Amino acid sequence: MAAPQNRILIDARGSFCPGPLMELIRGIRQAKVGEEVEVWSSDQGSRKDIPFWVQKAGHTLVGVFDEAGYARFVVKKAR
Amino acid sequence: MRTPCPNPPPGKRAPVVDTMPNKMSLVVYSGTVDKLYPVAIMASGAVAMGTDVEIFLTFYGLDAFRKGEPQKNQKMDVNYADLGPMLAKLMREKHVPSWYDMLKQAKSMGNVKVHACAMTLDLMGLKKEHLDPIVDDVVGAAEFVDNAAKGEITLFI
Repeated sequence: MAAPQNRILIDARGSFCPGPLMELIRGIRQAKVGEEVEVWSSDQGSRKDIPFWVQKAGHTLVGVFDEAGYARFVVKKAR
Repeated sequence: MRTPCPNPPPGKRAPVVDTMPNKMSLVVYSGTVDKLYPVAIMASGAVAMGTDVEIFLTFYGLDAFRKGEPQKNQKMDVNYADLGPMLAKLMREKHVPSWYDMLKQAKSMGNVKVHACAMTLDLMGLKKEHLDPIVDDVVGAAEFVDNAAKGEITLFI
């Protein structure tokens, strides 16, 4: 699936907790409100800490998509 | 166990990270790599949640921040002498960043202050310029405790 033009893609596969979350936060800071950031993570902890952070930070988790050996997290910057 | 809740129900917006100023204070007494990792990882987690971090380096924790030391420190807790080399090997193989790089990243992303214990510096005959540049300043125990009193979390590592 090709990412839309206005989506920042971060491949954090191979990076360990809290690496993928930190990369996501960096991406969200760079993004404009309404834009999406997609982070790829092979770290198990991401399944917990990314949704938790997204909720806490007041953004929107568009979806979590399973792939072979990793998951894609799509987050929309809400503020 | 927390159940991930992607979107808070309408009208019940979750508290926003930026409006939750609080603080985690760490007294870092240990200078072995296995203990410095939790320091860096907890600091990263705190930064992710918008929490300020105050790190107070004392004794072996301060020794680990002498100039040049973070880059070459390979010391592991002797109680885990059998496990240490294996963990170090696994971390190298899996390209886990060093605790020092993690701490630098946390510092670049949030409010992380690193303080050196004045008493330990005096004892070792060191000055601020002998320490790694990640160290912000030199403070006494009383000042650190006064500061930590304003936070909710204090850990001794």
